Amino acid sequence: MKINTNSNVYTYVYASVLVVVVALVLAFTAVSLQPLQEKNVRVEKMQNILQSVGIDAQFEEAEKLYADFVTKQYAVNVKGEEIDADAFNLNLKTQFKNKPEDKKLPIYEATLKDGSKKTIIPLQGKGLWGPVWGYMALDEDFNTISGAVFDHKAETPGLGADINKDWFERQFKGKTIFDGDKLISITIHKGGKGAAKLAGNEEHGVDAISGGTITSKGLERMLKEEWLFSYSEFLKKNKK
Amino acid sequence: MGKNLKLITDPINLNNPITIQVLGICSALAVTVKLMPAIVMSISVLFVMSFANVIISLLRNTIPSRIRIIVQLVVIAALVILVDQVLKAYVYNISKQLSVFVGLIITNCIIMGRLEAFALGNKPLPAFLDGIGNAAGYAIIMIIVAFFREFFGSGTIAEIQIIPQGFYDLGYFDNGLMILPPMALIVVGIVIWVQRARTPELVEEN
Repeated sequence: MKINTNSNVYTYVYASVLVVVVALVLAFTAVSLQPLQEKNVRVEKMQNILQSVGIDAQFEEAEKLYADFVTKQYAVNVKGEEIDADAFNLNLKTQFKNKPEDKKLPIYEATLKDGSKKTIIPLQGKGLWGPVWGYMALDEDFNTISGAVFDHKAETPGLGADINKDWFERQFKGKTIFDGDKLISITIHKGGKGAAKLAGNEEHGVDAISGGTITSKGLERMLKEEWLFSYSEFLKKNKK
Repeated sequence: MGKNLKLITDPINLNNPITIQVLGICSALAVTVKLMPAIVMSISVLFVMSFANVIISLLRNTIPSRIRIIVQLVVIAALVILVDQVLKAYVYNISKQLSVFVGLIITNCIIMGRLEAFALGNKPLPAFLDGIGNAAGYAIIMIIVAFFREFFGSGTIAEIQIIPQGFYDLGYFDNGLMILPPMALIVVGIVIWVQRARTPELVEEN
């Protein structure tokens, strides 16, 4: 029997069957791979936190190193008071959208081999195409940056996506976020290599990424009013 | 066999999807700033295109012609998401590099163009070869364009510094225009020019 592939009934049945089959295949894959994917995300977060204090952890050893070095994790509110929360599992994207008084701000503390203590502030912001985030490690004076790591969901490869490259992150090391007693954080200067120097702001400025202006701007807002300034009470309290 | 071989070699030069058919230009402009993303994108397109071609070719006698474009899209999108999920679970680093490309693959007009023009009317094996050939033709142009853009735009090839620091000290600058989209179009144009100058068959008589 020859089926008329152009009849309405056939078309509807075909479309429905196709969609159901595809949906089943995708749902099955998504559900069965989910635990692996979630583990990847969790381990990557640990790797990022470790990287901000200068420890390069391979995927396999990240969980162990994290347990060894990260000695304390807690959360504060915008007033800088410690609050009760599961710091590691706080969803920063939700916190980013929360009103200031509802924000729960996680903080990590790492003790390195040489005994020095670093305070790691997670960052959350918006890039051009999606969220950008990062971790910034501060020295014991709560002013000097000892390392920074950034990452992004979907910035343009080769342009804005370069915020997670070494050369960009390295610029933050040694910069200070306070000018006297005022928290001014880091400014990102447009104009390619040496732009921060030209602008006479070497202490609190880094070079932006050519061709990645909107990502760079988003990153700057994250380092200032959109995110980092929520920590200002906490930072001021502890600054030495 | 000679006919099948032609399916692979034709799209690389005489019937190149980018320079002759002018398909898939959007991604050629978007992801050719650096060489590595261009290569990763090419491999992903190779995978999706050859399998989508095979699947559509297997279904070709059952697909109602009025919804064939929708069917093609569903097949492409499902394949891309499948690949994305597997990468995320097993090679997380590569999947992060792919990030936005995943969406770009779904909208890559070469893939739909080949499904519509070839897979719907041919057996699975030729369709598979056609997919590989077109993906290879796409890849070659992507790699050529990305090579020049990265070399002149950033002074690197696949993230390795090629232009020595001494040049910069002497006053050499990376050409910032190269990393912006218009230059991709111009580089593609130059590639088309060179290709036509070298292959007389391509030049129309007038």
